[in-house]
Amino acid sequence: MSEDNQGQVWEVFVQAKPGLAHKHVGNVQAMGREMALQNARDMYVRRKEGISIWVVKFENIVASSPEEIGAFFDPMDDKAYRQATYYKMPEGAKHI
Amino acid sequence: MENATMTGQELFDHKIENDLKIEPKDWMPDDYRKHLQRQMSQHAHSEIIGMQPEGNWILRAPSLRAKVILLAKVQDEAGHGQYLYSAAETLGKTRDEFIEELQSGKAKYSSIFNYPTLSWADMGAVGWLVDGAAIVNQVSLQRTSYGPYSRAMVKICKEESFHQRQGYEIMAHMARGTEEQKAMAQDALNRFWWPSIMMFGPHDGDSPRTGNAMMWKIKRETNDDLRQQFIDKTVGQAELIGLTIPDPDLKWNEERGSYDFGEMDWDHFWDVVKGNGPCNKQRIKHHIDAHENGSWVRKAANAYAEKNG
Repeated sequence: MSEDNQGQVWEVFVQAKPGLAHKHVGNVQAMGREMALQNARDMYVRRKEGISIWVVKFENIVASSPEEIGAFFDPMDDKAYRQATYYKMPEGAKHI
Repeated sequence: MENATMTGQELFDHKIENDLKIEPKDWMPDDYRKHLQRQMSQHAHSEIIGMQPEGNWILRAPSLRAKVILLAKVQDEAGHGQYLYSAAETLGKTRDEFIEELQSGKAKYSSIFNYPTLSWADMGAVGWLVDGAAIVNQVSLQRTSYGPYSRAMVKICKEESFHQRQGYEIMAHMARGTEEQKAMAQDALNRFWWPSIMMFGPHDGDSPRTGNAMMWKIKRETNDDLRQQFIDKTVGQAELIGLTIPDPDLKWNEERGSYDFGEMDWDHFWDVVKGNGPCNKQRIKHHIDAHENGSWVRKAANAYAEKNG
């Protein structure tokens, strides 16, 4: 006999318009992928919020954790040359 | 500035002080977590139980227009409950645990839903006053310090103004109808006014948890401040449609730029919180029955999902 529970958590991503990226909007509980998609539609696009939905089982998402903030994201600090503003343009240069 | 040598508590204090959001995986004091679990699950339960007084009128709505609107509103409330349970779950309790706490009476929901909806005008009063009071509270909570709660509030507030406007439309419509219809509207206002302004909770001085909640920026404004905002907004709306707020002490105070109003019946309030309101037992019984009757559906859906992914 299968379990009596509220199903699994599925994270929901909605594309608002053609050409835009899918954006995370929240999650739903559902049993299986079809129900996840259906529930996501019922919950997150009742008012023309989007034209495409992705649902992903939460357990399949790999996330960074706050304790890693230092080691994981710091290398950006000493690589200012990755920013366009690092470079000095000759006076009078246009369209660059 | 945040840095690697800060302890969890220091980082937490730093974020609260600088209005940065706390996120699920961040360190947080146990009492902060418990306070949020209680407040957010209570909020979620209120949305779910709040479907009952309105569900009562779906099959008796006076027109097809009224019926589809009410259906949409009740569906929104189910959605709001889901947003809030999802946000509450990030604190480490499962949805099944929250539901168990609701059904066993360990967790509360807003007492306003323990009053019956006796006439169609009550659908107007609930939308206008109950949702109106909820909006004032929820607008303030958009700035709460816990990220998932704040994001849920932003989404809910976007949808909630339709609820209040549809309620006020019903009241306005009935207030300019026949004498009998106007009397129904006034009667609904009479019954829902005091419970609505008590939705904001006890006076600040009698609300033991307000201190911590304000310090941690879970709440951004106190019960009394929010109540005053709601009253100041609503009085003019009642006057405009020719209804009278049932409070003989209600009077504009020029100096404060706000309305003075009469004292609420707190003995009655606590009595309803403790389970002795007109509909407490009926609301929980209905939730338990629906949950139990749905058991085979959940099992079947799980079995289907196991086969088909």
